[in-house]
Amino acid sequence: MSTDARRLDPVDVVIVGGGWAGCIMAKEMTEAGRSVVVLERGPDRGTASDGAYPASIDELEGNFRYKLFQDLSKHTVTIRNNSRQVALPYRRMAAFLPGEGVGGAGLHWSGVHFRIPPDDLRLRTRVIEKYGAKFIPEGMNLQDYGVTYEELEPFFDRAEKVFGTSGEAYKVNGQVVGKGNVFSPSRSDHFPLPALKDVYTAHLFRKAATEAGFHPYSLPAANASRQYVNPYGAQMGPCNFCGYCSGYACYMYSKASPNVNILPVLRRHPLFELRAACNVLKVELDSDGRRATGVTYADAEGNTVTQPAELVILSAFQFHNVRLMLLSGIGKPYDPARNEGVVGRNFVYQNVTTSTVWLDPKVETNQYVGTGGGGVAFDDFNSENFDHGPLGFVGGSPVWVNQAGVKAIAAAYSGGPPGTPRWGSAWKAGMIDTYRHSLRIDAHGTNMAYRDVYLDLDPTWKDAHGQPLLRMTFDWKDNDIRMNRYVVDKIGNVAKAMGARRVHLTSREFGKPFDTRQYQTTHLGGGAVMGTDPGTSALNRYLQSWDVHNVFVIGANAFPQGTGYNPTGMVAALAYWAAHHIRTTYLARPGPLAG
Amino acid sequence: MQGLAGAAACGTVLASSGRAGPVAAPPYRPQFFDAAEWAFLVAACDRLIPADASGPGAVALDVPRFIDRQMDTPYAHGAQWYMSGPFMAGPDNLGYQLPYAPRELYRHGIAGMNAHAATRHGRPFAALSAALQDDLLRAAERGSLVFGDVPSATFFEQLLANVMEGAFSDPIHGGNTGMGGWAMLGFPGARADFMDWVDQYGVHYPLGSVSISGERA
Ligand SMILES: Cc1cc2nc3c(=O)[nH]c(=O)nc-3n(C[C@H](O)[C@H](O)[C@H](O)COP(=O)(O)OP(=O)(O)OC[C@H]3O[C@@H](n4cnc5c(N)ncnc54)[C@H](O)[C@@H]3O)c2cc1C
Ligand code: SF4
Repeated sequence: MSTDARRLDPVDVVIVGGGWAGCIMAKEMTEAGRSVVVLERGPDRGTASDGAYPASIDELEGNFRYKLFQDLSKHTVTIRNNSRQVALPYRRMAAFLPGEGVGGAGLHWSGVHFRIPPDDLRLRTRVIEKYGAKFIPEGMNLQDYGVTYEELEPFFDRAEKVFGTSGEAYKVNGQVVGKGNVFSPSRSDHFPLPALKDVYTAHLFRKAATEAGFHPYSLPAANASRQYVNPYGAQMGPCNFCGYCSGYACYMYSKASPNVNILPVLRRHPLFELRAACNVLKVELDSDGRRATGVTYADAEGNTVTQPAELVILSAFQFHNVRLMLLSGIGKPYDPARNEGVVGRNFVYQNVTTSTVWLDPKVETNQYVGTGGGGVAFDDFNSENFDHGPLGFVGGSPVWVNQAGVKAIAAAYSGGPPGTPRWGSAWKAGMIDTYRHSLRIDAHGTNMAYRDVYLDLDPTWKDAHGQPLLRMTFDWKDNDIRMNRYVVDKIGNVAKAMGARRVHLTSREFGKPFDTRQYQTTHLGGGAVMGTDPGTSALNRYLQSWDVHNVFVIGANAFPQGTGYNPTGMVAALAYWAAHHIRTTYLARPGPLAG
Repeated sequence: MQGLAGAAACGTVLASSGRAGPVAAPPYRPQFFDAAEWAFLVAACDRLIPADASGPGAVALDVPRFIDRQMDTPYAHGAQWYMSGPFMAGPDNLGYQLPYAPRELYRHGIAGMNAHAATRHGRPFAALSAALQDDLLRAAERGSLVFGDVPSATFFEQLLANVMEGAFSDPIHGGNTGMGGWAMLGFPGARADFMDWVDQYGVHYPLGSVSISGERA
């Protein structure tokens, strides 16, 4: 208990973090008539202040000075490749870019908005059914989520309607209705908006992927293809493919964000209060550690404040959630040596590599035209859509062209084809040619969970409040490298069908450790996973702590292993799913949710 | 990455300062860099992005001015990096682990480059021929020079990153003069509206670049 902290009047619900997960939960809890305080560590943000044209269209500030991202000088993590190493601080932004401030990373994300493949939700069961238990490599912790696609479907649908997602369905209520992803499950309704137009490179990819025998579809995108009003009454304008999604607040009010799609309504609700610049230090527990009594935080003036509450929701982002659980003593910390404990277990990432295709020099690919969630993908090598039996690996990758808008500094950094120097006249010529006439294809694959890949508290380094940093122990594993190499090889066929002048296939290399200096994605997952067995999950299938029933933990931390898709569609659906069960069951009878 | 492969190519292209001797600095009074540092910076910028048939070089784009102005931002003071100790060396793939902010990297790095130029050739970097300058820059890039506890590759990466930023960021930051960097790429800058160009397939966008402050190229 923090005895010297100032104690405030109690509220019904305190929510840690003001991103997608936090704002969805706040909206749902106020709808249920509960008083809600959201504590957000970063500044208040919105489109009018942070997305005002033209000042916001500044690549240096947005993508290279990380204006909207986490302030690493105050809070970071340490990283090592294996437990024999000393983990070192992640001192500069590079591999992943966590968000900070009201809206979280949801203000400056890209917008690719997926539902998870049904097989991914019960991957352990499916793999054993199809290939036998021996197929699972030694040391891989393959698990089911404990929730089915059918159970989540209404919440995927809800999230798409709130986000104003553009896309084309394949099946609605069991009927084939359009040219969507043939591997996708049936939906209860169409996407709220039609698919975005294909930019040129996506158009070429669609054609070439079809010729190569694959099944391309439009990426579902939370970037509005038309004007839209969501169920909350929040309004979006049509996306103009400005190319400034990733790292920016959308000045057109076209990209879904908590700031555009939820907060304008939530901020006016009498039961809602938002406190920015408040960094939560820990969840307070009662004397036997079975019930949370509130949270303690440091406010902008440096005061330590305790906010008592009946219900605590952690929605501070995947790894911040895990760290807050460890700092607060919620759930048993994972011990890799004994293979016991759950908090920190099954930490996963996104296994993405990007290949480049050069077209005829007369063809302009206009890579600056684009939208964060737009593009064309195929799923022929994702999830359980293909036979893994003869291949001997678990997992897969969607493959896509997702031209989110490549800007000038990024083009300069990317340079020319392999073999070109990184500066001087040869670089200049190669870089200009590459920018004007090439396109990029991603293999956006799964990363499985392993016994020796995990999160815990660092013994040495501290944050600005004197609390231990989170320590990541992470490396790429043979199964995932082989999966990536298999799928990237298929990209070669598509490039050939495009009439490529030159192709550079990039795949993961054996023996090359995870490199914290190279941007990959901010799709970090696991660490406090959901499930039906308290021995292998920190949360039950409602994202409720097994140990402290009035703490719910919402985020990609709940994923038992990585998925081939971007995480936010699943995070939002899980938030609505958890909120539904809190509203219909928990609030009336607080206690562990069963069944 | 493939620095050596480009060596031959570098020798055969039009360099803006193929002759020996310092390059004339633009009329700008640096605030952070002293005269010797500034001479290095201008000369190095001219080699990293030389003027040639592809377009203007870093000097004409006022990249040195951009870097000097950046030195006065929180970024250059290390305010965006986690700078708490202890500082321990580790494998390269675990990232930057020195206690120095960009300002200090420049101070150490430029002194180191000039010291190497003086030891090897008896003159500061800016007074060497383009070919010798390139050799030294390549040696720094490979990490084969030693500047006290700053690996030369760390300094080189800092410099190269800021040079690229200066040539291709919005002119509001002091570089990319006349949007010359954007023009050579065909990048429309702050136009940020391609509603009517999304499905104009394979042809280049017809309008020139604009900047945040409304300049047109
Ligand atoms: C550049 C970029 C592009 C992306 N593109 C996509 C995409 O196209 N598709 C996709 O699905 N996903 C994408 N993502 C990922 C996506 O942004 C996240 O999945 C999503 O924002 C997660 O939402 P969240 O609410 O869990 O966390 P966040 O949005 O990170 O919000 C958590 C909030 O909690 C706050 N917080 C943390 N600790 C504390 C504390 N101790 N006290 C108080 N507050 C705290 C943080 O400051 C933050 O504001 C992208 C991410 C980035 C960075
Ligand atoms: S590309 Fe579209 S959604 Fe993205 S920032 Fe621009 S207008 Fe907004």
